[in-house]
Amino acid sequence: MSETDIVKDFLVESNENLDRLDRDLVGLEKNPEDKEALAGVFRTIHTIKGTCGFLGFNKLEKVAHVGENLLTRLRDGQLTLNPEITTALLGMVDAVRQMLKEIDATGQDGEADYPELRETLTRLQTTTAGNAGVPPSSSAAPVSAKPLTGPESSAAPVAKETPPAPVAAAAPAAVEPAPAPRSKGDPAQRKPARGKIGGLLVERGVVQAADIARALEAQEHGDRRRLGEILVALGLVKMDDVLAAQQILEAKLRDTAPETIRVGVNLLDKLMTLVGELVLARNQLLQISNTVEDTGLQAVSQRMNLIATELQEEVMKTRMQPIGNIWAQFPRTVRDVALGCGKEVEIEMVGKETELDKTIIEAIKDPLTHLVRNSVDHGIELPEVRVNAGKARVGRLTLRAFHEGGQVNIEISDDGAGLNGERIRKKAIERGVVTAEQGARMSEREILNLIFLPGFSTAEKVTNVSGRGVGMDVVKTNVEKIGGLVDLQSTPGRGTTVRVKIPLTLAIIPALVVTCAGERYAIPQVNLLELVRLEAEEARTAIEMVHGVPVYRLRGRLLPLVYLSRELKLANHGHPAGRIDDAVNIVVLQADDRQFGLVVDEINDTEEIVVKPLRKQLKTVKTFAGSSIMGDGKVALILDVLGLAQRASVVSETRERTVAERAADAAETAGEKQTFLLFTGLGDSRMAIPLSTLARLEEFPISQVEMSGKEWVTQYRGQILPLVRLAVVLEERRHRLRALQAPPAPDSGPLQVLVMNHEGRSFGLVVERILDIVEARADVKSKATRAAVLYSAVIGDKVTELLDIPAILQIAGVNATHSELATKAAGVAN
Amino acid sequence: MAHTSQFCTFYLDKLLFGVELKTVQEVIRSLEVTQVPLAPQVVCGLINLRGQIVTAVDLRRRLELEPRAAGVPAMNVVVRSDDGAVSLLVDEIGDVVEVEEATFERPPETLRGTVRTMITGVHKLNNRLMLVLDTEKACQMTDTVAAGQ
Repeated sequence: MSETDIVKDFLVESNENLDRLDRDLVGLEKNPEDKEALAGVFRTIHTIKGTCGFLGFNKLEKVAHVGENLLTRLRDGQLTLNPEITTALLGMVDAVRQMLKEIDATGQDGEADYPELRETLTRLQTTTAGNAGVPPSSSAAPVSAKPLTGPESSAAPVAKETPPAPVAAAAPAAVEPAPAPRSKGDPAQRKPARGKIGGLLVERGVVQAADIARALEAQEHGDRRRLGEILVALGLVKMDDVLAAQQILEAKLRDTAPETIRVGVNLLDKLMTLVGELVLARNQLLQISNTVEDTGLQAVSQRMNLIATELQEEVMKTRMQPIGNIWAQFPRTVRDVALGCGKEVEIEMVGKETELDKTIIEAIKDPLTHLVRNSVDHGIELPEVRVNAGKARVGRLTLRAFHEGGQVNIEISDDGAGLNGERIRKKAIERGVVTAEQGARMSEREILNLIFLPGFSTAEKVTNVSGRGVGMDVVKTNVEKIGGLVDLQSTPGRGTTVRVKIPLTLAIIPALVVTCAGERYAIPQVNLLELVRLEAEEARTAIEMVHGVPVYRLRGRLLPLVYLSRELKLANHGHPAGRIDDAVNIVVLQADDRQFGLVVDEINDTEEIVVKPLRKQLKTVKTFAGSSIMGDGKVALILDVLGLAQRASVVSETRERTVAERAADAAETAGEKQTFLLFTGLGDSRMAIPLSTLARLEEFPISQVEMSGKEWVTQYRGQILPLVRLAVVLEERRHRLRALQAPPAPDSGPLQVLVMNHEGRSFGLVVERILDIVEARADVKSKATRAAVLYSAVIGDKVTELLDIPAILQIAGVNATHSELATKAAGVAN
Repeated sequence: MAHTSQFCTFYLDKLLFGVELKTVQEVIRSLEVTQVPLAPQVVCGLINLRGQIVTAVDLRRRLELEPRAAGVPAMNVVVRSDDGAVSLLVDEIGDVVEVEEATFERPPETLRGTVRTMITGVHKLNNRLMLVLDTEKACQMTDTVAAGQ
């Protein structure tokens, strides 16, 4: 091994150890009594110091040396860890890390030798050394005293041994140094050694089982010496026998310890690609073997199938890493941020062992860090505020990770102030993200999720960690880039939880394969909700039209339908889009928070597919996420469900379009039943207005209709009432003008008129037929498809369009105000 | 014989084109192409080249030539590009020719438009001209090409 190799190994190992140091030190600050953690910290620094002394990195050695001195005092109990010492030690870790970086880049440990840091570290070990001088002697006393007074039952033999006791007290000191370097360090190694050494000694015939029992009993009664030491002290065995037994044990332990080797990530990536190819070949083989009548071939291909599947799983596992790897830095992050803004925060981590693909781990590291910082900086309140609010002084940040349905869920929750919906609403309106009207209509949840929009920050004051308005939107985009979702829930005063849902891996995904116009397309399973098949007969009635837009009622909710062949502009082989007379296959998909039904020609099967990215020539095509090779060797495209939804306008890029839906949502969350007037406006289409907007229902004979300029009017209660014909308003634009000006046909029947007031003006809306007045919750909506309509809902089991009165007035060009009549009419209605 | 270089030649609408031999990965007969809906017109689709998915670019379209007559199989010249292998669809494959630098000449000023960016020059062969194609440029989808879907 050349020297550069040694240096490289040293760097890799030291960097890993340093990450652990951050964690251990922060843990120690909370629990300074944890001797094992302290020993671990000490050992790491000691190793770094030793190795860099050997490699000739003197500056690094100097820094590590003063750190080690301080740690020695801590370990020996002469000092207790306090925040000041922790900060200094963390500073040392940073300095060491910096120097390691230098070494990596230049081969030298850099120019800086951190005199201030070293001085601080030195000062810290001397300032408190004076008052800490007493504890070691006093702490030593009880240890040696206990075994003597403790065991009452076996008092006699022990009492006889009293004289050797002082020797025993001295003996460990003499014995200690020999086994110390090896076994003292790692507690994990020490424990089994202690447990088994008795057995081994009995086995070797040097001691009786009863003696062991006696010594164990002494341990139980508080003797902290090791079994071997007690036995020696009791004069039952010779020191040499104990040491020999210990060596045997350690050798055994080394043999049974799981072996690990370091493997380059590149190699794993290459393996992954090869396995991907193998999976493809396997798929092809399976397809061939299914068509060939050959039992031998089929048996082989079945076995091949099993092996390939298993191999794929195992190789995937090599790239899996526990999420704890990236969480490890969070205690430090939280500590630094909390200290910076004067907060007290405790971090709790549940599910550290949850595994994720390496690529995904890397991709979510930054978003998670941001969320954690955000929680501490903005979520958790200052200690005084918390105490005043009757909460614990110390804030709590909980990270939770768990697997669920082939995905990984990561939750970041704090018990802080929670998000102020009102403030977000205000801010959103102020910034022009939504209009005041929209803002008022939005549900609490929608309001909260506004913080994921670009340029949105509610931080009262901008701090250096977060609150610059470039955070949450980046978090959202980064998570979505890897096929994940972000959701936020918050209770004012109780805290906020951000939930991130991400796939396990990106390289091989389960997908549904569908056919459209003779080509196959793969739909990632994560976007898939359910499949619906409508037989020809059923399809004819089940698919309804909202002004030319097909919808399907899925358990009472309107599901907009998107025809894949139409969206992709495919040649319509035999399945003309829109002609609904064959069985219809609907793939119900989730895009963002919206659902839609994708109509395809055929649904084939689910398959594990290997995702291959599209080359730059096709980067502009947003409807595809990648490509994959199918079992028969042909290439199939993987649909990008979000891109497709955007193309089909299911998910709007602007927020404008969803306003109506939001209005409806608001009505729904309120859960109020409204009374609607149902009528038909044009042909058989059902329409409705809330009854509250109506003043009176009237019927006018056609002879009472007069022309005022180009407007239809009638005399009504001593006033002139403009008449707006709904049929004309809904007419296509080019016909509208002429229809508007056409005089009433003398032979037509009486007009059904809804007399309404809108913002002080009265007018009559002429409809075709008045149907009913119903009390209903307009709880099923889809977006409007024409100008005069607010949204569509299911009222009385039928799709009904709710009219947008202001829009109608605008289209009709009615602007005369008849305020007097308005009040009169309203009075009559009451 | 100062500097010579080798070119892989092919025909497109009776024109002789050449690409540097070292950029060519392989030449294969027509393969099954998976169409990519909504893609720029010059992209013919995707082909499976022994487990590798390769984009097929219709050179006739890219070079603004007449479209290939229906039913005439194209040949694939697979070239290495910055972004992985790309297959260029051509009419017919010619010989590998070795040319000297002396026979090279810049394209005439009268050659304009997007085609000029892709044709770096001309080698004057004995009986005809060989147009030198910049494969990197040919594989690039400029905005105008992408928009012309």
